Amino acid sequence: MTKQDPQTLPRSAVTEKIELGLAKRHRREKIFRAFGLTAVIFGFMLVFFLLFDITSKALPAFHQHWVKVDVNYSAKNLRYSAGDDLANLSYRNTLRKSIYEQFPDVKARRDKRKLNGLFSSNAEFAIKEHLQANPEYLGTTQPVWVRVDDDVDVYLKEVEVLGEPLVRIDQKEAQWVKTLVENGAIEERFNVEFFTSSDSREPELAGVRGALTGTLLTMVVTLVLSFPLGVAAAVYLEEFAPKNRWTDMIEVNINNLAAVPSIIFGLLGLAVIINLFGMPRSAPLVGGIVLTLMTLPTIIIASRASIKAVPPSIREAAMGLGASRVQTTFSHVLPMAMPGILTGTIIGMAQALGETAPLLMIGMVAFIVDVPSSFTDASTVMPVQIFLWADSPERSFLAKTSAAILVLLGFLFLMNASAAYLRRRFESK
Amino acid sequence: MTTTHLAITVVIIALFSYWLGIKRAITVAGGVKHTRQLVSLPGQYGLLTAFWCGLPAILFLLIWSAIEASIVDSLLIQKVTLSLDATTQQNMSLLVNNIKILAEKVLLNEDVSSATALQLEHAAYYAELNTKATWLKTLLTLVIAVGCVAVLLTKIKQTFHARNNLEKIISGLLFTCSGIALLTTIGIVMSVLFESIAFFTKVPVTEFLFGTQWSPQIALRADQVGGSGAFGAIPLFVGTILISTIAMCLAIPVGLMIAIYLSQYASPRLRSVAKPMLEILAGVPTVVYGFFAALTVAPLIRDFGILVDLPIVAESALAAGLVMGVMIIPFVSSLSEDALTAVPSALKEGSIGMGATHSETIRKVLFPAAIPGIVGAILLAVSRAIGETMIVVMAAGLAANLTFNPIESVTTVTVQIVSLLKGDQEFDSAKTLAAFALGLMLFITTLALNIAALKIVRKYREQYD
Repeated sequence: MTKQDPQTLPRSAVTEKIELGLAKRHRREKIFRAFGLTAVIFGFMLVFFLLFDITSKALPAFHQHWVKVDVNYSAKNLRYSAGDDLANLSYRNTLRKSIYEQFPDVKARRDKRKLNGLFSSNAEFAIKEHLQANPEYLGTTQPVWVRVDDDVDVYLKEVEVLGEPLVRIDQKEAQWVKTLVENGAIEERFNVEFFTSSDSREPELAGVRGALTGTLLTMVVTLVLSFPLGVAAAVYLEEFAPKNRWTDMIEVNINNLAAVPSIIFGLLGLAVIINLFGMPRSAPLVGGIVLTLMTLPTIIIASRASIKAVPPSIREAAMGLGASRVQTTFSHVLPMAMPGILTGTIIGMAQALGETAPLLMIGMVAFIVDVPSSFTDASTVMPVQIFLWADSPERSFLAKTSAAILVLLGFLFLMNASAAYLRRRFESK
Repeated sequence: MTTTHLAITVVIIALFSYWLGIKRAITVAGGVKHTRQLVSLPGQYGLLTAFWCGLPAILFLLIWSAIEASIVDSLLIQKVTLSLDATTQQNMSLLVNNIKILAEKVLLNEDVSSATALQLEHAAYYAELNTKATWLKTLLTLVIAVGCVAVLLTKIKQTFHARNNLEKIISGLLFTCSGIALLTTIGIVMSVLFESIAFFTKVPVTEFLFGTQWSPQIALRADQVGGSGAFGAIPLFVGTILISTIAMCLAIPVGLMIAIYLSQYASPRLRSVAKPMLEILAGVPTVVYGFFAALTVAPLIRDFGILVDLPIVAESALAAGLVMGVMIIPFVSSLSEDALTAVPSALKEGSIGMGATHSETIRKVLFPAAIPGIVGAILLAVSRAIGETMIVVMAAGLAANLTFNPIESVTTVTVQIVSLLKGDQEFDSAKTLAAFALGLMLFITTLALNIAALKIVRKYREQYD
């Protein structure tokens, strides 16, 4: 066996081959890396595009145009005779006559109808409330601000040259709107009603308050049920359960339940909770129960992980001082595991907050105008409201839908941020 | 008292009995200074008393609320049957309903002049039954609550092991809670299975599984035996597979590359930015993706089609599939990253030490070693795609076309479940039951995928541990 000095070794064919291939291999390495970076950048672009798209669509919904009408509260217009109740006067007639006074050249019947269409259908109620609040205006002419119709609103937000016709606004209507704008009779205001009013068939009146209240009620039911149940189940499985087939079965079950499509939980809710137990349809109570069953696996899995992470020395110390298993668990293990459990619960609740499909099954898709006031009232929730509005043909619902999505995403962001905060505080300990 | 009020009352009594239990324990011990004489802490006596008071009463209340309505109904039906002839008995449920509505009207002092004397009598009987039931419920609940407390208080002695009793109750409660998951699964299987069996008595299984025509909306009249609408589910299965395939075609490469880049190449700084980005993608509700697919992506794709002279329909499978793929990217990437980082670093270091480039190491060493975990991740992602509902409901069509063309409109299993069950339906028509049969198919498929994925992942773990 003779050892050759590597320095004097003749460059073998193999080495040469390797060196020849090196450039190619390094090029491949670069390409592979570029692919990876592209995928990550693609992900970033998706997030930005999604958020940008929704935000840009949503912005118009936060402002709304109002129009000034010089309402002539004359007894003739109101068909008022002394002693009449102010609530039962002819406000529609008053509104129309006042509008015609502002546009004296509009004569044809069809044109008049078009002109009326520029104002929100709830304008007559607005002027009614105005008079009821100020009875002394009877017989005088007063400026009242009312909402414009949703088509006009969209027109004002999108048109480039005022007076040109656009979708659903023709030449004549465009000219009237132009006149109004030039007279200073149109004003843009922040859309407070979007947060303070409920769903409506008229896009200019629709708001998210009903859906937000429904979401709140549903989430309360979900939290009240899923947190204690989930933590109790996790505590049992981690601290008390003997290792046997029964607990194995429960474990496998929980893992499988976590991956069952959410719509199946809707079927369960419909068949068992509504048809078998006879609970009311569309109620936050039923929605909350269905979402509880759906989020339980998430909470159980997170809580178990958190309980498992508590060092065994804590348990041994407690037991060594004479504490029983239950005492050890409730006064030592659980408090230490709480941040992790809370994080898991918040993530589970965030999931439940964005869930739509199972709620469609149990009838939470109804068109509901009233704000729900109890757990058994018919109601809807934010994601379902988004679904309903996205289906509506009116153009200005597009902005409303995006705005509702922004509100929902805002809540989700808050929840996830608090979960992240909790996790970080827990980790730093 | 209503059930809610009663439950609140029981809770208040339980709180009071907590205090009573503590008092009693102290008395038995002979004063606050002598509590050491007791075998358990005073608080434990209190808690035990509270549990003894609350648990049986609440349990009774739950059972009573579950069966009260049906008992009252059967009593009412008995009464009504006695006073009616056989011909009208067929519409019993309608009759009973009318009586209930009437009783409510009487209660609210509304106009009931249109009702007959017999109906009024029945309504009064129903109202009386209800009042009696409420009284009985209230009385029994309170008797149980107070009785249990009384029994326990007499039991409290210096040597009474309150802690042991209390802990037995607590672990029993914990055990019950852990059973909820099992109950949920049983509930799902039962509800889906029974309705499906009812469906298959109306429509043969073979027709459902192998038929190529799906048009459940034809069955308009309830008396059409067997539902003359067509219930061949093949177009739905094909549509589901098509959309899921499109989604996976986007999600697998992108998700994998993100996982590889983030776990092998990326600097900690990039990771700290990219991870939350993926979390945002994962956290966006599906209804938002649905909106995005229907109102942004679908029009974009259609415009692109017009540009290259290709007729793409508005509700194309492509739009729904692509957006679904975006939704699944974070899912694939986070699970694959776990699989990649679980590969022992010795393998990677060995390969690099031998002179392989980074990408060669990843492709030829890391990736093959991680493949079981990645396959598991992909199976879970497929099961997600199949079960995804809102994106397809909003962006895919309703017409059941049997096609593999991604620019055509197809429908999926989940879309059909939603469209069959949204709103009020007659519960035993073939149309409604079909939704449950589809649900059964969905449940079986996703369950099989999950079990397969878990098996693969578990088997893989055993190799390196």
